[in-house]
Amino acid sequence: MLKSEINRAIKQGVVNFWRNGWVSLATVLVMVLALFVLGALFFSNVLLTSALSRLEEKVDISVYFKTSAPEEDILALKSALGKLQEVKAVEYVSSDQALAAFQERHAENALITQALEELGENPLGASLNVKAKDPRQYEAISRFLEAESFENIVDKINYRQNQVVIEKLTGILKASRALGLGITLALSAIAILVAFNTIRLAIYTSKDEISIMRLVGASTARVRSPFLVEGVIHGAIASVLTMLAFWPLAAWLGPKADRFFGGPNLLNYYLSNFLAIFLMLLTAGVVLGVISSLIATRRYLKER
Amino acid sequence: MIYFDKVSKVYSPTSIALEDVSFSIEPQEFVSVVGQSGSGKTTLLKLLLAEEKPTAGKVFFESLDVSRLSNGELPKLRRRIGAVFQDYKLLPTKTAYENVAFAMEAAGKTDEEINGDVPQVLELVGLMDKAWHFPSELSGGELQRVAIARAIVNRPDVVLADEPTGNLDPINTWEIIGLLEKINELGTTVMLATHDKEVINSLKRRVITLEKGKVVRDEKRGRYVL
Repeated sequence: MLKSEINRAIKQGVVNFWRNGWVSLATVLVMVLALFVLGALFFSNVLLTSALSRLEEKVDISVYFKTSAPEEDILALKSALGKLQEVKAVEYVSSDQALAAFQERHAENALITQALEELGENPLGASLNVKAKDPRQYEAISRFLEAESFENIVDKINYRQNQVVIEKLTGILKASRALGLGITLALSAIAILVAFNTIRLAIYTSKDEISIMRLVGASTARVRSPFLVEGVIHGAIASVLTMLAFWPLAAWLGPKADRFFGGPNLLNYYLSNFLAIFLMLLTAGVVLGVISSLIATRRYLKER
Repeated sequence: MIYFDKVSKVYSPTSIALEDVSFSIEPQEFVSVVGQSGSGKTTLLKLLLAEEKPTAGKVFFESLDVSRLSNGELPKLRRRIGAVFQDYKLLPTKTAYENVAFAMEAAGKTDEEINGDVPQVLELVGLMDKAWHFPSELSGGELQRVAIARAIVNRPDVVLADEPTGNLDPINTWEIIGLLEKINELGTTVMLATHDKEVINSLKRRVITLEKGKVVRDEKRGRYVL
């Protein structure tokens, strides 16, 4: 019994979708616009987040030690830092490594190479690169490093010099996260409202039909179910079309965005997350279609 | 089987559709309700279909108090009443066949029953050859015959017809009235609202005459007198 009811609802929904022709097409296209906005917001969020986290990665504090500082003291400090809650990672660069890196960086500069050879010994001290879990915590970490007990081994801490830059960057990161979220919410709300209204209008044209169905003795569920099926069809077709529209766009924008934000490549991202993105759009489309149909039919079903 | 008990319907103090109307209809009767436009014929039928609620009084369909049905119980009542309207009220996006089938689906009939009964009923109203036409492709008389087919396909206890011939030429009018008589002969109660004098006079059946919302005459073998 229930099975044949569901079969009828599906059949009628499909037939209605087909016979409604232009209205169905217009509804699907508006839904494509809404889903496109949602998808575009999602992609730009991916770009923004990865750009921001890369920026965050670049922020750290370096502690430079005096060349005379014994290595075990430095390693002791390193393990003390590692135990701090705020610290994500500590990297030890010995003076030999620092020299090797320096030489490599200036390999083409004959003057510097020569000067180093002339010097005969390693002028560079060891250093620790400290990364915090949160950029806001650098202040606390630097205060820890500035304690008097380390005074005789620490040469300089670059936090104070970079403090302004780090704080500004932290502010920008925070603001752009909030702004991104705000824009996403506002634009998705608009897109959803437009799609919702289109479906409402499409069902408005069916309000006489709904009242006739009621007069013939159709129950609420029977009147409503084909509209819900139509909503599912609208959402499903719209999500497929949106997904296809993103393909050439990702291919075209991918390299440009890659250069501007420093990756990830949008096309690769699109292709490797194809199924997940499609499922996300499909869910959004179907939920939007069904909920709009539910709300739109509710009004006309209340009449006697 | 149908009882109107001191029924009034007041839309506003200046618009009183029905006032203190009482009558009863026995099974298998053919009753015409006549009166000028605005005399309350349509309101009477709407009250029976529970499209409207009476301001005062009660409407019974057998033991069912129609005026107190909830929205959820409404479909059960309407599946027992077949309704035909002046403006046909067919579903424009469905073919003639589908319009008739829809009433059966609404009543929860199986596909076998639908596939068996719909062609039979369309045959009865003489429209089998146009079963797959959409309403926009049918004439007024044909539309009304589809509507009648839809009204009787669930074998209702009563068929209500609200000005079914109002938009039709004389030949189609007689065909529709003939169909209604045939339905009545097969055992279904028919309630016909009309202001067509010739139709009433030729039927020679019970006539309830409404005037300004009141029953002014109720005769067993009535004529159209206003």
